[in-house]
Amino acid sequence: MLVELITSALVLIGATFALLGSIGLARLPDFFSRLHGPTKATTLGVGSVVLASLVHVSANEPGLGVRELATMVFLFITAPVSAHMLAKAALGERRRREAEEKAEE
Amino acid sequence: MMKRLVPRPLLTFTILVLWLMLASDISVGQVLLGTAIGLVIPIVTAPFWPERLRIVRPLVGIRLFLVLLYDIVVANLRVARLVLGPTDKLRSQFVEVPLDIDDRFVAVLLGSVVALTPGTVSIDIDRTRRALLVHALDLDDPDELVRLIKTRYEVPLKETFGC
Repeated sequence: MLVELITSALVLIGATFALLGSIGLARLPDFFSRLHGPTKATTLGVGSVVLASLVHVSANEPGLGVRELATMVFLFITAPVSAHMLAKAALGERRRREAEEKAEE
Repeated sequence: MMKRLVPRPLLTFTILVLWLMLASDISVGQVLLGTAIGLVIPIVTAPFWPERLRIVRPLVGIRLFLVLLYDIVVANLRVARLVLGPTDKLRSQFVEVPLDIDDRFVAVLLGSVVALTPGTVSIDIDRTRRALLVHALDLDDPDELVRLIKTRYEVPLKETFGC
């Protein structure tokens, strides 16, 4: 019973933050601000869902849900890298455009 | 001889542990397979790895990790409020954080930490100017953010790796 409560709460928290991340992605005004949305969804959002899965598996199956821990490790390593690559590409594009505009003047 | 075969014992061990975590089954076969992968991957990926790093003060590192977890939760709530509020009033801007880190890998770690704490995304690590370009979602004082990143993350990171 308690385990189910904790699992449900974690899933709900995770879903809420994933939703907030998506709302951010849709509502924020420019590209760089929009990047903030998805980074949130992965850290707390998916983090909570994975934690819920860990609690569920540890309670209902033999052994600890260590696979979930590995998922979390991979997420936390890859999320900043993808955000960084996107941001870097956008920055390069912006600089190129600015240089072109200058050349036209 | 040993050094050629196992150039990075810690990496080999980490890969083995990760493999066993994913397999969820500690049998002789899985341990052998994990060890084999742990031995091959460091050799194949050797060109991508920066200089060897040593963790000098693990306790500082663990403390930084806990601080980071706490910050992720708090900053998430703050940014959640920003996202739901009026978005045209956001004072989003770029901030350049001067770096005191010589090691490339540690600088990347700092960049990742900054990206994981919501409200800031690291855009670029400028190695020639030794600066980390950060985009902040809502900020009134850039100097305050620079001070925060340096004292809260950069100093403990430098202490952990002793550089």
